[in-house]
Amino acid sequence: MRTSTAAGPGRIGWALADSWTMTRRELAHWARQPVQPAVALVFPVMLLLMFNYLVGGGRGVDGDNTAFLVPGMLALTMAFGLEGTMLAVTQDLTKGVIDRFRSMPMASGAVLVGRSAADMLQSVAALAVMTGVGHALGWRWHHGPEAAVAAFGLLLLLRFAMLWIGIHLAMVAGRPEMVQAVQILVWPVGFLSNVFASPESMPGRLGAVVEWNPMSATATAVRDLFGNPGGTGGSWAAEHAGLLAVLWPLALVAVFFPLAVGRFARLSR
Amino acid sequence: MSDAIAVEGAHKRYGEKRALDGLDLRVRRGAVHGVLGPNGAGKTTAVRILSTLLRPDGGRVEVAGFDVRDEAAEVRRRIGLLGQHAAVDEELGGRQNLEMFGRLHHLGARRSGTRADELLERFGLAGTGRKPVKRYSGGMRRRLDLAACLITDPEVLFLDEPTTGLDPRGRTEVWSAVRSLAAGGTTILLTTQYLEEADQLADRISLVDGGRVVAEGTADRLKDRVGGDRIDVVVRDAGRLGEAARLLGDQVSVDEDRRLLGAPAPDRMGTLSRAVRALEEAGIEAEDIAVRRPTLDEVFLALTGTAPRAHTTTGAGVAA
Ligand SMILES: Nc1ncnc2c1ncn2[C@@H]1O[C@H](COP(=O)(O)OP(=O)(O)OP(=O)(O)O)[C@@H](O)[C@H]1O
Ligand SMILES: [Mg+2]
Repeated sequence: MRTSTAAGPGRIGWALADSWTMTRRELAHWARQPVQPAVALVFPVMLLLMFNYLVGGGRGVDGDNTAFLVPGMLALTMAFGLEGTMLAVTQDLTKGVIDRFRSMPMASGAVLVGRSAADMLQSVAALAVMTGVGHALGWRWHHGPEAAVAAFGLLLLLRFAMLWIGIHLAMVAGRPEMVQAVQILVWPVGFLSNVFASPESMPGRLGAVVEWNPMSATATAVRDLFGNPGGTGGSWAAEHAGLLAVLWPLALVAVFFPLAVGRFARLSR
Repeated sequence: MSDAIAVEGAHKRYGEKRALDGLDLRVRRGAVHGVLGPNGAGKTTAVRILSTLLRPDGGRVEVAGFDVRDEAAEVRRRIGLLGQHAAVDEELGGRQNLEMFGRLHHLGARRSGTRADELLERFGLAGTGRKPVKRYSGGMRRRLDLAACLITDPEVLFLDEPTTGLDPRGRTEVWSAVRSLAAGGTTILLTTQYLEEADQLADRISLVDGGRVVAEGTADRLKDRVGGDRIDVVVRDAGRLGEAARLLGDQVSVDEDRRLLGAPAPDRMGTLSRAVRALEEAGIEAEDIAVRRPTLDEVFLALTGTAPRAHTTTGAGVAA
């Protein structure tokens, strides 16, 4: 009496349903503990204000610092979302409820997809808040709403890629303490980008690294779409920033999504 | 029809440590099977392998006729797991938890809700409202955990030390839940460190130590072999310990440091009054004298002739 196929929406349908259930779980956590998601919204705003007023904004670009800084900060916020994701996953994995999920007939990746959906929602909120604050600082987009929407699309694509890297690293690192090590490493990677300064203002080899950084690609592409000043250095990477801003995240997702889901299914087995 | 649980020669190693070392178990459908063993015996490892959370390194492990390695999805459809530690979302409320598990069992939104309410009612948790599980008492949490195992009436239920850490009332509640499930035909495998619990609930008992079964049989048969309750006597004068031991019969354990004698007490009060009288007539003064249930160590001694390898009483074992 081996009945192996479940009736109803089929495998993919159930996987989506399970993922939605797990997304709702994350949203329910926020509803019960609103402080943590609120802090996650305030932190990037604080950084933006700090760099705008205290540090003085972008370097190596003529003209408006704020116009250079805001799109860069949006890209940085998306990339640094990796930390929050990692922390949330490592904390979740230590919880007993994960054992119940794993002993149930649910889609094995649903726990992770739920995490990623919730983080994407959080990122949309973060973008909205930062856009509002940027606007208050005098930042504008100049190429119309369609281009702006495309820019936000690229930003969220970067976030999506960082998210799966974060989930995978969290499972590799295992313990919340290990996350701190990654958090420290994230900062130099973040600053080796064109978020705060144009690559032309950097020594040659460093400038090349900075230009090929996925975050730089997104920042440059987004600046172009918004019509904000950027350091168009004339290098291949800078010229094709739009293409790279799509390919980089897709490539990262193609690598880390299957790694993460596979690792979760084999977790401690 | 195949057995509900069939384990043959299961192995699991953690580095050098053999957590399971050729475990054999056979539980027929509808039976309640007790796995009795001290800390570190391999009980949790066995349960985690049976519930597909852990892969065995070797051996055959089947649940409801499906292989836990190759047919894990089929196994998961048919089991409920009450782990040693609570497996519910601590941030959410009880109803939120059960509703979520119902959806993950693909009951749909409406039936998940009604099933959650039914189970909350049945386990006396209906009035808990929105309170997050982390503010539940230990007994409430255990009951919610048990309710979560029963969303879809599993064929086979695994209970890993279901009453450890509960007060007597919580224990009685869990026991009566287990009994009613067993009466409904659910196959249950439960692990415990207490002979009494296995005796109260299980049809058959496997005594495990060092990752393997060292004795197996019906609860009655094992109890006969252990010899039922025990009597403890603390003798005031250490010099007369040997003399007192001879008065208590021929199966007496002697602990010289504590001046403590232990002996089987098959008819409880009868044994007690005979012992009191015999000691009085011999003029041996007893500081303390009492009848009690046998400890796990004594069960091991009686059934295997040795103390358990993973020890229960001292700190040598792994903390629970
Ligand atoms: N993840 C692990 N890594 C290393 N050793 C482990 C691990 N899990 C269990 N062990 C070891 O395997 C042995 C069996 O452990 P297990 O948890 O199955 O025992 P148990 O009978 O459930 O004990 P308890 O009554 O304390 O719950 C123990 O010696 C334990 O130290
Ligand atoms: Mg255990």
